[in-house]
Amino acid sequence: MKEKPGTGDKTGPEPARSKKVRWDYVFLFLLIPTFVVLVIVGSDRGVAARHVAWEYFKEMAIILPAVLVIMGLVTVWVSRETIVKYMGEGSGPKGVILSFILGSIPMGPLYIAFPLAAMLLRKGAKVSNIIIFLSAWACIKLPIEIVEFQFLGWKFALTRYLTTLVVVVVLSEVIGRVFFKEGYKVPDEDLGVVED
Amino acid sequence: MDLTSTVILALTGVLLVLSVVKDRKKTVAALRVALNAAKRLLPSILAIILAVGLMVGFVPAKWISQAIGADSGALGVAIASLLGAVLFIPAIIAFPLARSLLDMGAGLMATAAFITTLTMVGFVFLPLEIKELGTRFAIARNALSFIAAICIAIVIGLVLA
Repeated sequence: MKEKPGTGDKTGPEPARSKKVRWDYVFLFLLIPTFVVLVIVGSDRGVAARHVAWEYFKEMAIILPAVLVIMGLVTVWVSRETIVKYMGEGSGPKGVILSFILGSIPMGPLYIAFPLAAMLLRKGAKVSNIIIFLSAWACIKLPIEIVEFQFLGWKFALTRYLTTLVVVVVLSEVIGRVFFKEGYKVPDEDLGVVED
Repeated sequence: MDLTSTVILALTGVLLVLSVVKDRKKTVAALRVALNAAKRLLPSILAIILAVGLMVGFVPAKWISQAIGADSGALGVAIASLLGAVLFIPAIIAFPLARSLLDMGAGLMATAAFITTLTMVGFVFLPLEIKELGTRFAIARNALSFIAAICIAIVIGLVLA
């Protein structure tokens, strides 16, 4: 009698989603005092921690809005058919290459890519392609490779780079076939406007 | 601001203008999607930022080098990939750290495994990954990254040792 579908938090359709402890807030509110105390107590290390967090925060403040706006635009403008055609089942090597290229565009740390990946999956991209996309995002960035060249030498960097490429493509194909044969449904909430 | 951020911002700006010109309503819808995502992500991302700050500040590079440098065999690779998974360090710090690992006597294989899990697996952002992509996907992707780290370590060992 009190059920009002769509009014949000307590009436999630899936049972797993209905016990809504917002862990992100729990973590955040535990971390804030920890951070403050450690930074005050930790003298030099505290200064380093604050410095790194601040640098990260600045990077995030610039990149996150941009990436999310791009995600919004793709959500609205790129149709499901297009994503299925180029990245879905049956997109073949073309899909692998495209996922790889998309992931290689340097756009910040890996966790920024998660909502993008979720959006692509919802629009019908193949699981193995999205794993390739995320792996490329994580470790196949050219600006980062230059740093690796400098510090570890070209032999090491090049070998690691090429091996990563091959291993990721092969493994994601295997995992896609074994564990996601029937596709995969992403948990969706707060999607906002759902296009298509 | 570095070049990458400038390019991303410029690209976003151009796309946004094009979108507005073509269809104002759709653009508003797109921005609403972005805003919803921002609201959903912000607490996790702030938590990650604080955690990374604490990690870089309070886990001295020396400890990491010592933990990995102690054994250059299979155990070294295992320790290195686990440490790489637990830690989350920006690449600019990660590679000099990897260099010092090698200097301190860690094996090439362990170093390669360390870099791989360092970049591909992050326990710090695992909750966010599960929330956005679901448990099954998150487990599959992280498992893949571990296996990849071991494969890459083996290849590095074969090619360079």
